[in-house]
Amino acid sequence: MIALSEFLILGAILFCLSVAGIFLNRKNVIILLMAIELMLLAVNMNFIAFSHYLGDTAGQVFVFFILTVAAAEAAIGLAILVVLFRSKRTINVDDLDTLKG
Amino acid sequence: MGIEKFVFYFFALVMVASATMVITVRNPVQAALFLVLTFFSSAIIWMILEAEFLAIALVLVYVGAVMVLFLFVVMMLDINIARLREGFIRYLPFGAVIAVVMAGMLISMVGSKNFGLAKFAEPVRHVANYNNTRELGLVLYTKYVYPFEIAAVILLVAIVAAIALTLRRRPTTKYQKPEEQIAVKRDDRVRLVSMNAEQKK
Repeated sequence: MIALSEFLILGAILFCLSVAGIFLNRKNVIILLMAIELMLLAVNMNFIAFSHYLGDTAGQVFVFFILTVAAAEAAIGLAILVVLFRSKRTINVDDLDTLKG
Repeated sequence: MGIEKFVFYFFALVMVASATMVITVRNPVQAALFLVLTFFSSAIIWMILEAEFLAIALVLVYVGAVMVLFLFVVMMLDINIARLREGFIRYLPFGAVIAVVMAGMLISMVGSKNFGLAKFAEPVRHVANYNNTRELGLVLYTKYVYPFEIAAVILLVAIVAAIALTLRRRPTTKYQKPEEQIAVKRDDRVRLVSMNAEQKK
């Protein structure tokens, strides 16, 4: 018998890995987008685990919507990335300092 | 150890290992491929949790569409990897400490003390002809029909935004304009000139 806590721990480890990924790859926008996808996956894991153990389909419906939003986010994020590369010839976060932030 | 537990631990291990590779490998193409592996093993774990529709949707939508999009973009851009890796070693201890502290806190929260089998018993497995897609559709098209329509609008906005952002007109390129070709009239092509007949002497 697999306990609910094991699925939750797996989700927690995945979430922490993606947080670490954001710290490590803070120069590379593509890896940052991938880390965000990993985070959403960790959240989805929790939703599905609770949906199974509580016997409620609502958790799966939420995962469905999260998948939709994540797909839209990836499409728009990558489109912005392509436009950015076209105008600046770089995707290094350090070179994107036009706003002097 | 039952087959179910073995499958769970095996794919959980694969998932954590490939997620670690995603954030540490040099090459973004390899990172994207490891992300595919992460999604795939996660889909199998969702199968164990009886979320069959979402597991298949994850493979089809993520592995089939989103990750291919990532790969296309990574290969389209000419990236200087060496410059992007600057500071990786410098931030490694910081990131590792943050991740370990966060993981410790989260695991102490969601550990077996609060969410173990004693608190949440293993639910009864569904019967053989149980249809997860049908169950999901029953609530999705009744109780959650407005959120479902909003999700459709979000996807439409994403399509329009992605096309509008990346569309680029090049005035120097020569290409056919079908609408003008179809709308052409006889008068645009043929000109009748009336002139006097020539006579041979």
